[in-house]
Amino acid sequence: MTKKTRTIKVDYLARVEGEGALYIKIKDDVVQDVKLKIFEPPRFFEAFLQGRDFREAPDITARICGICPVAYQMSAIHAMENALGIQLDGPLREIRRLMYCGEWIESHVLHIYMLHAPDFLGYEDAVRMAKDHKGIVERGLQLKKVGNEIVSLIGGREIHPINARVGGFYKVFAKPELDGLKERLKWARDAALETVRWTAQLPFPEFEQDYEFVALSHPEEYAFNEGRLVSNRGLDIAVADYENHFVEEHVEHSNALHSVLKERDSYFVGPMARYNLNFDQLSPLAQEAALEAGLGRECTNPFKSIVVRSVEVLYACDEALRILESYEKPERPYVDLEPRKSTGYACTEAPRGILYHRYSMDSEGKIVTARIVPPTSQNQKTIENDLWKFVPKFLDLPEEKLTWQCEQAIRNYDPCISCATHFLKLDLERV
Amino acid sequence: MAGKRKPKVAVWKFASCDGCQLSLLDCEDELLAVAEEIEIANFPEASRAVVKGPYDLSLVEGSITTPHDEERIHQVRRSSKFLVAIGACATAGGIQALRNFKDVQDFISIVYATPDYIDTLRTSSAISEHVRVDFELRGCPINKMQLVEVISAYLKDRKPVTPAHSVCVECKRRGTVCVMVSQGTFCMGPVTHAGCEAICPSYNRGCYGCFGPKETPNTESLSEWSKENGMAGEELVRAYRSFNACATPFRKESERHD
Repeated sequence: MTKKTRTIKVDYLARVEGEGALYIKIKDDVVQDVKLKIFEPPRFFEAFLQGRDFREAPDITARICGICPVAYQMSAIHAMENALGIQLDGPLREIRRLMYCGEWIESHVLHIYMLHAPDFLGYEDAVRMAKDHKGIVERGLQLKKVGNEIVSLIGGREIHPINARVGGFYKVFAKPELDGLKERLKWARDAALETVRWTAQLPFPEFEQDYEFVALSHPEEYAFNEGRLVSNRGLDIAVADYENHFVEEHVEHSNALHSVLKERDSYFVGPMARYNLNFDQLSPLAQEAALEAGLGRECTNPFKSIVVRSVEVLYACDEALRILESYEKPERPYVDLEPRKSTGYACTEAPRGILYHRYSMDSEGKIVTARIVPPTSQNQKTIENDLWKFVPKFLDLPEEKLTWQCEQAIRNYDPCISCATHFLKLDLERV
Repeated sequence: MAGKRKPKVAVWKFASCDGCQLSLLDCEDELLAVAEEIEIANFPEASRAVVKGPYDLSLVEGSITTPHDEERIHQVRRSSKFLVAIGACATAGGIQALRNFKDVQDFISIVYATPDYIDTLRTSSAISEHVRVDFELRGCPINKMQLVEVISAYLKDRKPVTPAHSVCVECKRRGTVCVMVSQGTFCMGPVTHAGCEAICPSYNRGCYGCFGPKETPNTESLSEWSKENGMAGEELVRAYRSFNACATPFRKESERHD
């Protein structure tokens, strides 16, 4: 420790989806550089979507991410429907919400129990954690399974489901076919409540920050698929205006594009943003559990995102049950859509935050241009900002411990690097 | 294997969506039991712990698309006793192999403002084009129960049971009425490798070929039937050029109509 220069390096960040690295350079106890490097190879989705039929976008874009394919399908579908001037309501709209509840449960629980909790309890992974906390890990796996069961039943399979289409679904279900989910969800709702209580008592570093949170907001519900883009600093825009307010920057150390707000700078999307902006629309049970867990109506410590995610799992169980209680089979599975020369926009709330899609199609329905902005590239700059502030507070820690804490700070965001490459590796250099 | 050390298993990622390795974590009922039988020695998506190779079993996800990965797959091969390619990216180049039909420089400039920062190969290719592969598991995504079968077969030193017949056989076994015959819906089931358990036709849609070609597929016959039923050549090109576009029988059939 007598050396003046230190580097913290993580060549291949673990427990995140995709490939990334971290590099931090410290000179005379001052942070000189923070780079969240994304070396996940680029796959060029926006390019090869050109010339494809507009109906193919949901299945193709699902392949951007095996963890949140439903989000890609929902954003693609809503953008195409926006282009063609339709908006679904009634039971078809409700089934989409139900499917999204399934993905939120599956994706959030994966992160809470298998990727993030081991950091708080000092385990390398959930399998090692299970040796001392078997009941907890098993509860997590079973809760995650309920999310997957919803997606599998509605979508056909958990990963890259096949049932959603522009205009609706290929197949819709009679009420009794979905009834089996209810008992499972009632168990899941109890397990989610236990999860909120369990995560709330984990040890959290003091790290309250001043963020601009951005999320979809809808007048009548905790927004999933529709609404306006709002922030805690006055942003309030239609989704179609997204590109007038947000800009992506290509930086050398990353195969992902960094997204910033033109008027200001970095911003924060995902569960923390939704919770802070849309708290009032959580179900009474979710609100009560959050307050009882000591979260408050506002939460600005990203390490507590694990509790916020748990509250959202509880909400998703509650919401799925509400949908199932009032469900009636739609009269027809989908509406037929005729293509026309048009442009459409959509933002939906992927588990990790807003996922923006824009498409233009020609009169035959061929995609002319496509633009996709995933949540992780929007959070990337905020993650780097957190590390700039976090590292100086913990310089006394031994190398191995500091590195692990930096990794944990990154995992607060549940980064999905497969999505953003359009990921992560830690290099902490102390000069 | 009683009394012996647990086999060391590694999971490697190349260009992919992470969905196939996620399938392992999606085995909610089997994961802890599987972890009793093996040592998860290198699986970055699930663990910080890295145990040095060599590894007894390597599961490789993703395709080769960068000069760095072209080198790295050889290192993976050298450190692996038994290497299984999992998923359409690893077995056929994946959806990103659509670049193989175009000029990749055009693709880079469409997506990135500063193309100079991007280091990529002209093509996306399967693992078997670079190194010897001991077993291929198909699908976009793979079926998680087939993954459990592959790991179980490896532990018992037997061949995995993953039939190479068509999706049609799976429809018959499920009792799904043929969507081509009954609705005239274009379906790639007759030429597509089994494994998914014929999900799409049971949801009133035609198979779209995400498990790639079956053994000896008669793609020409399917194309002729489809044309007689009003399908355009360019639609056939798109049908064959999706998640397994560079699997040889699908690539050749798409070229016939291009």
